Amino acid sequence: MSLLFFYIFAAIAIAGALGMVLNTRNTVASALSLVLTMVALGGVYVLLEAYLIGALQILVYAGAIVVLFLFVVMLLNLRQPDFSPQRQRVTKIAAAVIGVLVLLQFLQLIHGAFGAPAAIPEGFGGYRQVGTALFTDYVLAFEATSLLLLAAMVGAVILAKRKID
Amino acid sequence: MVPIEHAIALSGILFAIGTVGAITRRNLIVVLMSIELMLNAVNLALVAFSRLWGNLDGQIFVLMVIVVAAAEVAVGLGIVISLFRNRESVNVEDVSLLKW
Repeated sequence: MSLLFFYIFAAIAIAGALGMVLNTRNTVASALSLVLTMVALGGVYVLLEAYLIGALQILVYAGAIVVLFLFVVMLLNLRQPDFSPQRQRVTKIAAAVIGVLVLLQFLQLIHGAFGAPAAIPEGFGGYRQVGTALFTDYVLAFEATSLLLLAAMVGAVILAKRKID
Repeated sequence: MVPIEHAIALSGILFAIGTVGAITRRNLIVVLMSIELMLNAVNLALVAFSRLWGNLDGQIFVLMVIVVAAAEVAVGLGIVISLFRNRESVNVEDVSLLKW
């Protein structure tokens, strides 16, 4: 049953990703395809027993990041052809080669089977266990991310300001 | 029970799509979205390996990646807005001054 759901979510995620990359006409539709991919990946996380990550994926990516993208797209009101006529062929060939190479590397990685997953304790991936790990073993990294967020917030405000006094 | 190999394969497919998008698209906003897609593919691989070995460290790394992605989008879109204000364009061909 969960296998069936995994394949459904995987198909939705790949379709959303392809829709985002191949849609050259409408940037808003691209961003909405990205939402589809993010929500489907949230479902995959839940199937892989990462419940907190799945909830955060939908909250942060679908709820905040893509909304920010949509806000900027609508703010800028873009009307431009996406592909430039010259150099298009070279770029496409180079992209195809690099994409196939990346894919082959991953397929090489999974060529040898990983074996059965380890047995996991009760409550694995829930907020209690992840939170405990976050506030004991990784508390320094957790505090460092707060500095990163502050720096990003100040930087974004300064960059998007009309004039720096 | 989800086979871990299939989750890693999905991660590889999404990463390849994101790579191709980041290279071919000329719209700066779509390039940023493709980078987000690549970060998500890496997150999926981390979660899958976390499940494989029954170790929570991978999920902590995913939390860190989500925070870094949010910060990157905020700064990147700030740059896009200030670029649009100066150049009236978000096409990467118009901002190739640093390219050799």
